[in-house]
Amino acid sequence: MAVITMREALNQAMREEMHRDENVFLMGEEVAAYQGAYKISKGLLEEFGEKRVIDSPITELGFAGLGVGAAMVGLRPVIEFMTFNFSILATDQIINSAAKMRYMSGGQFKIPIVFRGPGGSAYQVSSQHSQALESWYANFPGIKVVMPSTPADAKGLLKSAIRDDDPVVFIEQERMYGNKGEVPEGEDVLVPIGVADVKREGTDATIVARSLMVPIALKAAEELAKQGVSVEVVDPRTIRPLDIETIVRSVKKTNRVVIAEESHPFCGVGAEISAQIMEHAFDYLDGPVRRVSGADAPMPYAKNLEKLAIPDVERLVAAVREVAYLN
Amino acid sequence: MSISTMSELKVTPMKPRTQAAEGAGAGVATQTEVTDTVNPADLREEHVQRLQDQHGRIEEIDRETLLHLLYQMILIRRFEEKAAEAYTLGKIGGFCHLYIGQEAVAVGALGALRPDDYVLTSYRDHGQALAKGTSPDEVMAELYGKAGGCSAGKGGSMHLFDGDVNFLGGHAIVGGQIPLATGVAFASRYRGTDQVALCFFGEAAVNQGAFHESLNMAQLWKLPCIYICENNQYGMGTSLARAMSLQDVSQKAPAYNMAGEFVDGMNVLAVYEATKRAVERARKESLPTLLEVRTYRFMGHSMSDPGNYRTRAEIEKYQERDPIKVFSDSLREKGVLDDQALAEMEKRVREEVERSLKFAESSPEPAPEELFTHIYANPIKTTRES
Repeated sequence: MAVITMREALNQAMREEMHRDENVFLMGEEVAAYQGAYKISKGLLEEFGEKRVIDSPITELGFAGLGVGAAMVGLRPVIEFMTFNFSILATDQIINSAAKMRYMSGGQFKIPIVFRGPGGSAYQVSSQHSQALESWYANFPGIKVVMPSTPADAKGLLKSAIRDDDPVVFIEQERMYGNKGEVPEGEDVLVPIGVADVKREGTDATIVARSLMVPIALKAAEELAKQGVSVEVVDPRTIRPLDIETIVRSVKKTNRVVIAEESHPFCGVGAEISAQIMEHAFDYLDGPVRRVSGADAPMPYAKNLEKLAIPDVERLVAAVREVAYLN
Repeated sequence: MSISTMSELKVTPMKPRTQAAEGAGAGVATQTEVTDTVNPADLREEHVQRLQDQHGRIEEIDRETLLHLLYQMILIRRFEEKAAEAYTLGKIGGFCHLYIGQEAVAVGALGALRPDDYVLTSYRDHGQALAKGTSPDEVMAELYGKAGGCSAGKGGSMHLFDGDVNFLGGHAIVGGQIPLATGVAFASRYRGTDQVALCFFGEAAVNQGAFHESLNMAQLWKLPCIYICENNQYGMGTSLARAMSLQDVSQKAPAYNMAGEFVDGMNVLAVYEATKRAVERARKESLPTLLEVRTYRFMGHSMSDPGNYRTRAEIEKYQERDPIKVFSDSLREKGVLDDQALAEMEKRVREEVERSLKFAESSPEPAPEELFTHIYANPIKTTRES
């Protein structure tokens, strides 16, 4: 298997799907001539031309809505937000149009569209450019929300998202674009939406982690192994629909849970997972579910403060020790 | 008549009369500001002008088309009257925005389309759905929240959809349909078909970013989209003068280097012909157009709006210009229609509307399990979401 970066994996996914289906096109700010603000669309303009790789004006509501309209009549748009922070301007079209069109038309239309781009924390860009928005989108029935943590998942899930007939919010992580990993070759190697992955097996505690938190959880598990604690790391990969079965299976085995997330804790995805664990596996828990979330504060600029705002290995190790009553 | 462009702006005879509030800039216009002054002599002259204008056009259009346009206008009028009755009886819930007074806009514009062209509109969508060819039965059943409704009872008055006739919906966030229509036009260009997308919205939507973002993209990328601003002069209870700094909506087109035209929305043939020009431009040249169609709603914003912000005199003045009356008078004067034919047409309409009420009454409610259908096209079952 080839070892490639997350960036290359996403690029391959789009390239392969654009070859596979004429109806797939990419639109967004700087995706064509500039080859992507993060170079995810490198080479695509050259390969597919201006018709299918389209630089948009800075007009997020407009081009998100344009994508939904095109999807209503059968195209399969991939709409890139330079970062998901800017998707906030497009939420009316993502939520009120994309998510609800099928339902409120009595099933007459499908909306096969992917909204993708980097989300979560970035490096020292303060509050408006560094935030996690998955709980917003995951709140709405009608949307699927995907957050890959490895190059293989990124490629397989993006391909699945493009082939899916529903709107998919596909949140990448800017800090992870350079992460490398093995990616299986083959145009039809897909990772299914809605299926969690156990990234590391263990017996004493479960860390449920997504996106940037997965490699941090794996490092914490490594550290805890040295301390004699066996940690299982479960990556939901898809936030909606959530594969709660895989999470519950792990909880039934380990009886202890820590949920790691970059986002603010209040009304977050971690809160939802925690509630569902309680609903499905209350009797298996040896202690309360513990969340390790991003700080409940806007993201600061100063390097030292920013570091404090994002969960790290140390905090995860401490949380696992806490739920395992080892402190 | 040619379409105006940036360099050649042309305005049809009935000029927009809305005046900016006196001392605008210094203060805010008050609620009592009249958007149009009433001058009976002007009005008579305008009426005569409109009739003469229609007479000229009538000779150029075949009889079948003329009668079809009139039939559709009357159908919408009578349908809406029955919808209002049903609403007051509690048969229809939620918001119900009637189209009475504006019939010439939907009918004239859609008359200029091909059946495979696309239409999107706002929440005031009953008239557009009927004019696009959705059956009155299905529209009425949708208003009743029944399974036989065109949106299976899930959309209601504001979200009528009928994919079979390319009616892509009523959309209830002001201006939300404008980027969608732009995307539908994008798809036509992408695929190389010559289908056009026609998008209706009220003048209040012109103040939304969605309008400006869409027009910019449409002209930039040469998309075959026709933007029809139905300027009924009120955004709910706020008059145009109180909400828009530049009130001639058609004049926003040059800002996007787009063709724009002002059209008398009480004259169905004027709307028909202006839209035909826009369709030609979209189909042949793949270019968008902005039409400002000046109209007036005779009823409140919705069924729950008593309309206290307008004077009786103002409403009556526009009722004098009733588009159905103007058109049927013209047709009679030109010998296309006589009293008997009109009476027969009214009878057919009445039967069609009565049938729609019966259909809506007898259609079943959606089954309880329908609450969870149509959420996803590719549903993925999990414990939580089954």
